[in-house]
Amino acid sequence: MKTALGIPIEYYLWLCAILFTIGVLGVLYRRNAIIIFMCIELMLNAVNLLLVAFSNYYNDPSGQVFVFFIMAVAAAEVAVGLAILIMMYRNTKTIDIDILNKLKW
Amino acid sequence: MVNTIPLIVLVPLLPLLGFLIISWRSNKLQYGTTVVIACGVVLISFIFSVVLFFQLLEKPEDQRFFEVALFRWISTGTFSANLGFLVDPLSSLMLLIITGVGFLIHVYSLGYMRGDEGFNRFFSYLNLFVFFMLLLVMGSNYLIMFVGWEGVGLCSYLLIGFWFKNKDYTDAANKAFIMNRIGDLGLIIGVILVFINFGSLEYKEVFVQAGELTANNQAVTLITILLFIGAIGKSAQIPLYTWLPDAMAGPTPVSALIHAATMVTAGIYMVARNNLLYTLSPFSQHVVLIVGLATALFAATIALAQNDIKKVLAYSTVSQLGLMFVALGVGAYSSGLFHMTTHAFFKALLFLGAGSVIHGMQGEQDIRKMGGLKKYLPITYITFLAGVLAISGIPPFAGFFSKDEILSNAFAVSPFAWAIALLASLLTSFYMFRLLFLTFFGAPRAALETQHHIHESPASMTGPLILLAALSTVGGFMGVPESLLGSDRIGEFLAPVFVKSLSKSIPAPLNPATEHGLMIIILVLTVIIIGIAYVLYVRKNEVPAEEGSRLSPVHQLVYRKYFIDEIYDALIVVPLYWLSSRLDFVVEKMGIDKLVNAFGDVVVYGSSVTRRLQTGNIGFYIFAMVIGIILMLAAVSFIG
Repeated sequence: MKTALGIPIEYYLWLCAILFTIGVLGVLYRRNAIIIFMCIELMLNAVNLLLVAFSNYYNDPSGQVFVFFIMAVAAAEVAVGLAILIMMYRNTKTIDIDILNKLKW
Repeated sequence: MVNTIPLIVLVPLLPLLGFLIISWRSNKLQYGTTVVIACGVVLISFIFSVVLFFQLLEKPEDQRFFEVALFRWISTGTFSANLGFLVDPLSSLMLLIITGVGFLIHVYSLGYMRGDEGFNRFFSYLNLFVFFMLLLVMGSNYLIMFVGWEGVGLCSYLLIGFWFKNKDYTDAANKAFIMNRIGDLGLIIGVILVFINFGSLEYKEVFVQAGELTANNQAVTLITILLFIGAIGKSAQIPLYTWLPDAMAGPTPVSALIHAATMVTAGIYMVARNNLLYTLSPFSQHVVLIVGLATALFAATIALAQNDIKKVLAYSTVSQLGLMFVALGVGAYSSGLFHMTTHAFFKALLFLGAGSVIHGMQGEQDIRKMGGLKKYLPITYITFLAGVLAISGIPPFAGFFSKDEILSNAFAVSPFAWAIALLASLLTSFYMFRLLFLTFFGAPRAALETQHHIHESPASMTGPLILLAALSTVGGFMGVPESLLGSDRIGEFLAPVFVKSLSKSIPAPLNPATEHGLMIIILVLTVIIIGIAYVLYVRKNEVPAEEGSRLSPVHQLVYRKYFIDEIYDALIVVPLYWLSSRLDFVVEKMGIDKLVNAFGDVVVYGSSVTRRLQTGNIGFYIFAMVIGIILMLAAVSFIG
């Protein structure tokens, strides 16, 4: 039985796939910018989890190094993203992204 | 022994400096400053040239040259060219003429051009011209000569069209430029062939290799013919001569400096510089001789019937240049250069004299409206007379010796060539005296109002006239033939340049009795011709017919310059215009425009459809992105 930390690797795969799909669907269906944002984080963390699992599975630490990088970048992205959201709210009094449709042909 | 290198470098550099300063401050500089800078740099160049000349004389004959290689200018693949100068007797002679006569004309211009709004511009162009001309004659390889050659062409263009508000003048400038371009094409192909055949563009290396060739080498013939095409353009020979008479649109000092004394002799210089190549190719020499003879005679006949004082002189220049090519064509290189030198003196003098007349007559150039100017313009008259005597070849004036040398050399080669050249020079005497008599003799024909204003020119103009008249009078003693118990000093000075050519073919010298006989024939005929001109234009007071009056067919033909301009117009200009308007319509409007517009139309139509995708709806974008990623992953898994 192939395991990581005693749990079969397939379980990790299934869990991450489900988490990632929830994230994608959330981004697609929800109109609230904050929720979209959280869904993006969900997708990122699904990938992180998978990286850590495989890092352990193959006994290769480089997967965990990747995870740290992704976390650092995601933190920076959150800072910028939330700032954009605040500015968006101040200007439009809403965070519904369907309002933001001015950039078009 | 003076260190010559800085002198050699400074000679061309100073006029360039003058040009830069004057054109940099051309809006600010005062009259006096411009004059001092413009004339000063040329004067210093002249002094340096004189020093160089005496330095050359001190050297033994077989090493009578200075070479300066400043730096490697171009180096690419197997081709390389230095920026270097060569001062040998030939370029030294040219230096003296360019800077000496050039300086006098600069001085003259400060009077002639005074008050013109483009005064500073005029002097900056003149200095630039002197720079390029010096570059042309001093370059140690063909490429530098070519740069100078193009540069003087540019200055000629700028100065012919100096009064650019007049459309005719700018047309004349364009004509000169385009005609020269035709010749220059030949020149540059010739230069390229020199490189291909000799592997170098340095004169020294080329001539060392050429010295080992045998005569009638085809490559040499091709090179010399192509180079001569360049000379035909620059020195206004048949069939490219028509620009020179039109070039008289420029201010008169320009006509004197560029279109009489220096630039148009660049062709003579170039052929003389390549004398070895021409000697190796008898065919090219014949071409030079025939073109020279034809031009000398043809232009002289046109000059007979012209009524514009400057046009007569212009055709006379064309004819005299033809005579110089005759000398080069018979292998008498130093005679050609001797005539070039004396011609620089007396033709510059005649042009400046004409300028003085025009200045006195408030811009009138038509000799039918002159007459009797002798008493109004005494200095101009005396100096002009000296010029006319010199060009007509009356001893002891300069033209006599140089022309005589050419004629006797021509006789030694072919009596027929001699006869044509003699006819041309007799015609020269006739039209020059016609010009003199119509301008200065008889009763004044100007309007009374103008007559009151006729005045002698200021000292800045008469001074150069007097100096040039002196040179035209005694300049011939540079080369008195041995048959007159003199010595050919200019020939001896130039001998090192032609030594290789002369070792290949030695022209048989005439015996003194024949030479004396020829001289007497020429002189008697010249005097008779002058007598005829005197009877016609002084005794009978004939005045050329008014514009538009009926002329005999022959007279009409000559007066209208054999309709050459009209023929060129019909044969080349009109078809060319027709062709370009066709090309404009068929290729440009129908072809290229349509094609380019079609591309535009496709893009406009395509984008009018696809831009609908750009809805502005973020949800849609994300959806499209996810679909795209899924498709890409699917594609990868299918392929992988």
